[in-house]
Formats: sequence, C-alpha cells, structure tokens
Amino acid sequence: MPIEILMPALSPTMEEGNLSKWCKAEGDKVESGDVIAEIETDKATMEVEAVDEGVLGKILVAEGTEGVKVNELIALLLEDGEDASAAENYSAGGAAPAPAAAESAPAEASDAPTATAAPVAVQEDAYDGPTENITVRQALNTALFEEFRRDDKVLLMGEEVAEYQGAYKISQGLLDEFGAKRVVDTPITEIGFTGVGIGAAWSGLKPIVEYMTFNFAMQAIDHIINSAAKSLYMSGGEISCPIVFRGCNGAASRVAAQHSQCYASWYAHCPGLKVVAPFSAEDAKGLLKAAIRDPNPVIVLENEVLYGKKFDCPTDEDFVIPFGKAKVERSGADVTLVGYSISVGWALEAAEKLAEEGISAEVINLRSLRPLDTHTIIESVKKTNRLVTVEEGWAYANIGSEIAAQVMEHAFDYLDAPVTRVCGKDVPMPYAANLEKLALPTIADIVAAAKAVSYK
Amino acid sequence: MATQTKRTTRGKNKKPEATPEELLQFYKDMLLIRRFEEKAGQLYGMGLIGGFCHLYIGQEAVVVGIQSIANPQDTLITSYRDHGHMLACGMNPDGVMAELTGREGGYSKGKGGSMHMFSHEKGFYGGHGIVGAQVPLGTGLAFGHKYNEDGGVNFAYMGDGAVNQGQVYEAFNMAALWKLPIVYVIENNQYGMGTSLERASSNTNLYERGAAHGIPGIQVNGMSVLEVREAAKEAAEKCRAGDGPIILEMKTYRYRGHSMSDPAKYRPKEEVQKVRSESDPIDYVRSLLIDGGHADEAALKELDKEIKAVVTKSAEFAQTSPEPAESELWTDVLVDA
Repeated sequence: MPIEILMPALSPTMEEGNLSKWCKAEGDKVESGDVIAEIETDKATMEVEAVDEGVLGKILVAEGTEGVKVNELIALLLEDGEDASAAENYSAGGAAPAPAAAESAPAEASDAPTATAAPVAVQEDAYDGPTENITVRQALNTALFEEFRRDDKVLLMGEEVAEYQGAYKISQGLLDEFGAKRVVDTPITEIGFTGVGIGAAWSGLKPIVEYMTFNFAMQAIDHIINSAAKSLYMSGGEISCPIVFRGCNGAASRVAAQHSQCYASWYAHCPGLKVVAPFSAEDAKGLLKAAIRDPNPVIVLENEVLYGKKFDCPTDEDFVIPFGKAKVERSGADVTLVGYSISVGWALEAAEKLAEEGISAEVINLRSLRPLDTHTIIESVKKTNRLVTVEEGWAYANIGSEIAAQVMEHAFDYLDAPVTRVCGKDVPMPYAANLEKLALPTIADIVAAAKAVSYK
Repeated sequence: MATQTKRTTRGKNKKPEATPEELLQFYKDMLLIRRFEEKAGQLYGMGLIGGFCHLYIGQEAVVVGIQSIANPQDTLITSYRDHGHMLACGMNPDGVMAELTGREGGYSKGKGGSMHMFSHEKGFYGGHGIVGAQVPLGTGLAFGHKYNEDGGVNFAYMGDGAVNQGQVYEAFNMAALWKLPIVYVIENNQYGMGTSLERASSNTNLYERGAAHGIPGIQVNGMSVLEVREAAKEAAEKCRAGDGPIILEMKTYRYRGHSMSDPAKYRPKEEVQKVRSESDPIDYVRSLLIDGGHADEAALKELDKEIKAVVTKSAEFAQTSPEPAESELWTDVLVDA
C-alpha cells in the first residue's frame, strides 16, 4: 500500500496553501527528514519534510497549484519493494479528517461550580465558645503559630518575615519557635520568591508567601495566575498548589499612588484562585487558618489600617471560617450595605448614622470574594429591596460591579432602586492629605447613597 | 570563587566512555524522541494537533544524557519545547501524543496541550509557556528537595532566550544563597525564536551567567550524549553533596523552526545542513556502535522498526482516544477542600 502524502497545515490557522515547488521528482528516493516540497502559506514559504522513507511514486498536485486544501492528497510514496503501478492503481481513501470542533452546546449553568454559580447557602456552625479581645495583628499571628504547630509542612517566606519579625509584626516570634528552615527571609525579589513558593507547594510543602504589600505582588502576578491558579486545570488534576499569598492590600495612609491600590477584583476575576478579605480579628484568624488548610492557592487581602484594631476573637484552635460565607454584621430592614475588609467598618459607622435618621441598614461583611456568597446578599435584598456596595477600590469592573450583576441576574424583581456603588475615585491615589481624603469613600458618601436608594 | 569552564575538548581532555549497552540505550532513547517528534510534526500537518507545537529534533542528546544519571527522586522542569523531556523521564508516549491531539487519554486529559503536561510519578513538573517562569519554579522544587531532605536534585531547563529574563537571576541568587540542589541546564540552540544568540545577548558565554552569584558553569558539547552525561554526573554530585547550584550550558541546535509555523528564514539552510551532516547526536552514537563493532546495520534497522512501532501506536492511540467529555470543562479548577 503506498503511503499518502497530504497537504500539511503549517500554522494554527492555515486552511489552504499554494504548492510552490516539488523538491523531489517521481521515482526519486526519499529519506525521512528530506525536504520534498515547498508550500506557501498566508504567512511564509515553508519546507515540507518527509516523515516516511520510500520512493516518490506519483505527484498528484502539480507545483504552482494554488489554494490546495489542508489534508488534500498531494502525492504517493512507494514503500520498499512496491511497484510504481501501486501508485497508478491507488484509489484515495482520504485521510481521517481532523475532528470537528465539539458541538458548541453551551454547558449547563448547573455544572458550573465557580464564582458565578446560582446562589446556594453555605452552612456555617455558629461559634459560641470563649473569645478574647485582641487586635487583627494578634489574630493573624495566632493563626500562624497554631497552623505552624499543627503541620510541619507549613512555612512562611517573604521579605523581613524572620529576623526583623515582620515588617508589620505579623510573624513576630515565629522564627524563635520554628527556626530559619520554616521562617524564611527572602531577598527583595517578588517574582523570584513567588515562583519558588509555588515550586515548593508542588513538592508537597504548604508555603505562606507574604508580600509586604500587594502592590509589590504586581511583580509576581504572572506566577500567581499562570503558575499557581492554572496548574491544576492544565495538568488535568495532576498538580495541585496548596499555597497562601498574603499581605496588606489597599490604601494605608499618605503613601501615595504606587503603595495604595486595591487588588480585590484583579484576583477575584481568576478561576483557580480563592480570595478572602478579613475585616475583624475573628475574620483574620478564621480565614487565614482556613486558607492555610485549603489545598488550593488562596489570596488573603489584609489591611494595614485594620492591623491595630481590636475585636473579640474566638480562642479555639480549630476555629476556621468557611470560604464563600458572608457574615451579617448588623441586621436591618430598609437598605443593605455590602462591604469587605476596611469598608465593613465604614458601612457599620454609616448604619449608625442612618439609624439616627430612622433608616434601618443591614450590613454584610463578605469575608470571601471568590467564592462570593451571593445567597446571603440576595436574601438580604429580598428583605430590604435596596443595595449599596462599599469598597475603596476603583469603580471600573470592581467587586461591586460583580455584585450588581449577580443581583440583576438573581433578584431583579426584588429591587426597588438601582444598585449603587460607593467606591474610590477613578484616579491614582494622591499624596496630599486633603486630596487623599477626597479620593476615598467617606461615611457621608455611604449615608448619601443609602438615602438616595431609599428615595429619602 | 566559582569557576566557569569552557570545555572545547571532550570531558576532562579525554574521550568519555560508555559500555555497548549504554550506547545502545542512548541510541534507543534519542531515536524515540526523534521519531516521536517527526510523527508529531506529521499529525500537526494533518490538523490533528492544533495551536503551538515546538519540536525537539536535533537536541535529543541533552535530555537523554542528563536523564541517564538522574535518580528516581529527582525532578525536572522545562519550558514549552518539552516532548523530549517527557519521553526521557519515562512518560508514556501514548499519553503524550494524545495530549498533543487534545484527547481524553492525554496526560492532562486534553486540557493542557503540547506545552502543559505533568507527572508526579516521573518527577516531571511541566511544560511552561511563559519564557523563564520555569526557573524560579524549579528552584522551588529544589527548595522542596532540601526541606524534605529526600536527596533529590532538580534539573531546570531553559533556552538561550530565557537567560535574558530577570526572574532567572532572582532564582540564581536564591539558589546560591540557600545552596539549593539544582542544576540549571541552558539548552543553547543558538536561536530564541528567530533571534540569534549574538543579537540578543551581550555576553554569549551563557555558562558564565551565574558568575555574579558564584554559581559555577560548564560549557558542554550538547550534541554528544557522552559529554552531556559526564557533565551532568559531575553537576548532580556537586548538588547532592550540598554545594548548591551549578549551570550547564549545552551547545546544541534545533533542526526545525521555533514552532510549526516558523519558516526559519533567519538562518541559512546550509547552516542546518552542516549540523545535520556533521554533528547529529544520533548519527554520532550510531557510528560509535557500528565502528566499535557493537551493532551492525541489520540490528539497528530492527531497533528502528521497534521504535517506529511504538510511535505509530502512540499516534493511533492519539487519534482513537475520544475528545474529553464536555463535563471536563468544569473539573480540575479547584481541589475540593
């Protein structure tokens, strides 16, 4: 049986090409690797190398032919000992065509277990054990100590985490108890140590990578997305990446444009990541511990301004907060205020002010941005029929935008007013004290938005 | 101070030796990669492989020589020109070819493609499409070897294009600082896509690239599997002794274009032809086998047939294995917590 030589595809998009030249004549001996023809594509002229050995039996498409379709039979190669008549008498069976693209029936929405799934309630066991009044900083520090003791594969790496005791003292004391093997000072080299952390996670360790702030993680975002978030999927489930990326996110105070940005929607956009943003000490401890125990890459967006704030925090070593579960911080009937991280505090303050004016606001602390607890938001909207989202990040494609879309999709008929977003102004963060204040959302902005959607 | 060594003669000024059995194994391993890649090129031409497909033809001696001294606990990571590395680690050709065709039986269930395959069992960690990204990742695997005290070494491969990426030096610095067991293998095939080494690198002695971090480097004739093995052995021993990283610059050559759609107009045909006829890594071992009287033409032809059968079988599997089920679209995004 002669071997079929087919018109090859020479680029990802090529459908046809010109057969510009035959480099072998009928009767010529062909060895694998020999150039047998030249083919002109829309981009370039390419050489075609023989894969099989034999004698070129018959040329079926003459040189100079234009518009030869990919996979069209262009020549026949005779195998060892085959007679030329084999090519003459050959009737083309045609090559197996490339599989057609799978029928593009849209996948069922119910298959999708991701951030945009229909709202489903996540159960959380209410904690009624003992608490202590501690700062967010102490809560994070306690979470690290507890998880380091629990699992010797857990380690912390980042700038100034060990001997300096942490730029923000989150890792204070950790080096003394666990040593330099597990508390690793890195050079100032974000993309490098992020890649190292991910490789370490693949080798069975559970690294916590600290960024002094998430502004510096922009250097490393290729590794966070391309290497950590995508590896499970592109390996077909072979390689998982249990790693935590944590540090301060958002504006601190007077540190200007390059050190004051919220990355919540950047990370929450990406499948393969989980993203949490603690507000209180309880959140900080429960979410960080859950992040360390989770087998996936988790982004923990902390806030420098909150580090020194005190809250009642569970003391139980097994207290963890499930991802995808928001917390109703204050119950109300007239309007829902949704926030995360520092904006939860602003929303609570605004709710106090609104109460003075006779408006009862419900305040939801999202805790987790991916997966997002749309269930809790929608149940609240069903009650209040009004929604205001509050965050310090820019408006364009922010978390509030996603919440507005979700509420439109799942609770449109319950809305008595358009969803309103209170957010940072659409400018880089200015340094001047008065301008910085103007760039961030204020309690007055939230109160005004809540009154506007209440038509008051 | 670390030394940078340019080896212009074989090994340490003597011709490295191999037993007839070793030579035969080298021949088989390299030929499998070549025939596999030729078949992949053919399937690409038929439209059965889509997207990007980067062939390893010409560079076979590098990965085969290095893997010949690797231990089971060692790990390997590379860029997107990765099919040869998978085969050399012992991954199943059927699974690799089926991944190229995007089928259920592929190593990543068809979801990764040519550039993204992984195997915990064989210590193969990709398959990475971002130039240079595999270097810190491999350094992290080496961090894991040291942390877990498993005696393993990571072999992190990169091309002559990747050595100009900043993150490579961030990784070199940490590996030297922490004395991580890692062999950085620079596969210098002379071209980063269409740009020659001379047009991209201010210093073309790539084995010297670790000098600022005190990382020793050796330049090796990457077309000789025996010289590659000698250098790799020395490098791995250094790592296992706890002496930290080392760089091996493998002078090699790719016969094909950067990817399937590259007409390779940036280099004269005569250049490719000269390497093929004078320095081909498979022909070299073949001549050692024949001239040494260890094998005759008939025996090698029989071997050739066996390898062709393995490759043909992989191509058949890659065409008959079904496309992944539509439900696979939604799996493997996250591990269930």
